[in-house]
Amino acid sequence: MPGQQTQTVSLFIQCLVDVMYPEVGVAMLKIFRKLGIPVDCPTNQTCCGQPAYNSGYRQQARTAARKFIEIFEHKEVIVCPSGSCVTTVRHHYPDLLSDEPDWHRRAETVSGKTFELTQYLVDVLGIDDLGARYSGKLTYHDSCHALRALGLQEQPRRLISNVTGAELVEMNDSDRCCGFGGSFAIKYPDISTAMAKDKVDNIIATGANAVVGVDISCLMNIQGLLNRKKSPVKILHIAELLAG
Amino acid sequence: MAEIRTEHYKSEARKAIKDRTLQGALADVQDRLGKGTAKAYRELPEGPGLRLKAHEIRMQAVENLDILLETLAENVRENGGKVIFAEDAAAAVTECLEIARRHEVRTVVKGKSMVTEEIGLNEALTAAGMEVTETDLGEYIIQLAGESPSHIIAPAIHKTRQQVGRLFAEKLGIPYTEDPPTLTQAARKALREKFLAADMGISGCNLACAETGHITTVSNEGNIRMATTLPRVHVAFMGMERVVARLEDHDILFRLLARGAAAQHMAGYISYIGGPRQPGHADGPDAFYLIIIDNGRSRILADEDFREMLCCIRCAACLNVCPVYGKIGGHSYGYPYSGPVGAVVTPLLVGIDRAKHLFMGETLCGACKDACPVDIDIPRMLLALRARLVEGDRRWNTPPGNLVEKSAYTAWSLAIRNRSLYDGLRWLSAQAQQLMTARDGMIHRLPFPFSGWTRSRDMKPLARKTFMQHWKEMQKE
Repeated sequence: MPGQQTQTVSLFIQCLVDVMYPEVGVAMLKIFRKLGIPVDCPTNQTCCGQPAYNSGYRQQARTAARKFIEIFEHKEVIVCPSGSCVTTVRHHYPDLLSDEPDWHRRAETVSGKTFELTQYLVDVLGIDDLGARYSGKLTYHDSCHALRALGLQEQPRRLISNVTGAELVEMNDSDRCCGFGGSFAIKYPDISTAMAKDKVDNIIATGANAVVGVDISCLMNIQGLLNRKKSPVKILHIAELLAG
Repeated sequence: MAEIRTEHYKSEARKAIKDRTLQGALADVQDRLGKGTAKAYRELPEGPGLRLKAHEIRMQAVENLDILLETLAENVRENGGKVIFAEDAAAAVTECLEIARRHEVRTVVKGKSMVTEEIGLNEALTAAGMEVTETDLGEYIIQLAGESPSHIIAPAIHKTRQQVGRLFAEKLGIPYTEDPPTLTQAARKALREKFLAADMGISGCNLACAETGHITTVSNEGNIRMATTLPRVHVAFMGMERVVARLEDHDILFRLLARGAAAQHMAGYISYIGGPRQPGHADGPDAFYLIIIDNGRSRILADEDFREMLCCIRCAACLNVCPVYGKIGGHSYGYPYSGPVGAVVTPLLVGIDRAKHLFMGETLCGACKDACPVDIDIPRMLLALRARLVEGDRRWNTPPGNLVEKSAYTAWSLAIRNRSLYDGLRWLSAQAQQLMTARDGMIHRLPFPFSGWTRSRDMKPLARKTFMQHWKEMQKE
């Protein structure tokens, strides 16, 4: 797609990546630099508001949405390393602001140009090989919102399969929720843990060195349990894999 | 049966998670039916898009419910049946008791019906001195065991064949066996006697057809057909939303119902019942009553956010894919409706505030929507329920939610608007976390309200530098 590639990508950095896993953002930056795509990053961004929205705090989520829109509405294209944050912007912002015509219109504008990283690479840019290298077996966890709200199933797998030296081994029930669910993980820890245990068992059964995902929130949950079990299996955000 | 409290939900869930037999049974039913349903949808000649058509049919019916119910009632009466509208559970039960008294009913056989569980019918009939027998094999098992259904269409999945073997040995006086065909034969024999002796047959209604005045019952055991044709009196109960306009709508909906419920192409028995026995008919009841139950459904219908839930045809496909149901089982939900459907319907029927744990205790993974034969957007309604709980709503007798939590989110919404303030708070948290970080670089114990996380999981501490700091430094390079 000529023309598309010259668009400047504005980094929409998930808050968890910003404050806990900055290496994922750095990796995403490396990917765009490697592709020769101009990048900018509004440094006054914070959180898209998903935690408030998912907990029913719509007024507070609207505050976050308006702030996000103000920051990003004039950008050419917005790319984020998280399927669930992109779902919030793409699917929930327009609903959240549906009673305010001006904001609704602005939300629609932003929502139409916000993409998850693998979605942008594969569906928009048509790139499924980044020339990355990895040595060992990998398995892929389908994050719920990336899979069901954004339809990302083939895109990440194609990218992983083209990593030299990486062997992708499918786990059982890769499309089953890991049990994170935001505040659910804290309010209903027993149920959340039971779900996470199944996920971790399925990951370990593949014999993979690492589990790859497109959402650090799921990976954080999985890492929490893997570490508690002292399992050698690592978590790997797809940006880190593709930057390698 | 109704045990709807947050603590009950959590403690039953813990019990279920520890129950290895139940975990095996849940995994098995989800593996077979959950995956089977997805496959059955893919194999539809019209493609998975048929679910959207079904949604349209159901939504249209829900939006024209007043006209459809009137037409249905008129046509049933024309066929010689009697139609009763019951405003709530108590009214429905009273009507049934009155019918039983009028027809001098002593024994009752029942086909599986969730709405009769909802209104507590069995308890009322039993208290009035009648003998009530559930005739669906699963329902029969749990009735003998004195339990309640743990799955909408497979009510006894929580019981093993060994448990059933012991139960039948004790209650039916047969020698202990765990051979399913032998156990089924024993139940069949016991139930045949009940069918032949019963004065009244009670059924639910999968979907009524307004234009013809029929109700339909669907089963795989043929028991509902016997319960509705052998006894002198047939009383059918239906939730007031379970009607569509035309007979041709049934074609699509029943093909999807069978796929959603049991990964079948079509259920074993579908009966269209349009009234009592007509002159010249070989069998059928002398009297037919249709009790149409509101019990809170009008309130759901009146609310635009939740009206869509009335499209539900109670197939349980969402239970078979729900990762939360798959761990906690049906009894945790404390009400006849479990799984994702229960998480939305139960609060709407019994109170949003009272049953809040049902819609808070879900992960919003969206698997239920993809599995629903009528494409109901359950995740959207889980979110809408959460918003109602926070904001409060007098129509739903729900006061505004937890003020402490609300203040926390309001403070958060202020902090995220101001990056310097946000960074300051992050820095403070990072300092505090340094004290909690263990030698392996992870946090093993967090204070309340985050302690739930570290009970079973570790957590990576906040990074020394945010991505934004990295970015600024990289720009200088």
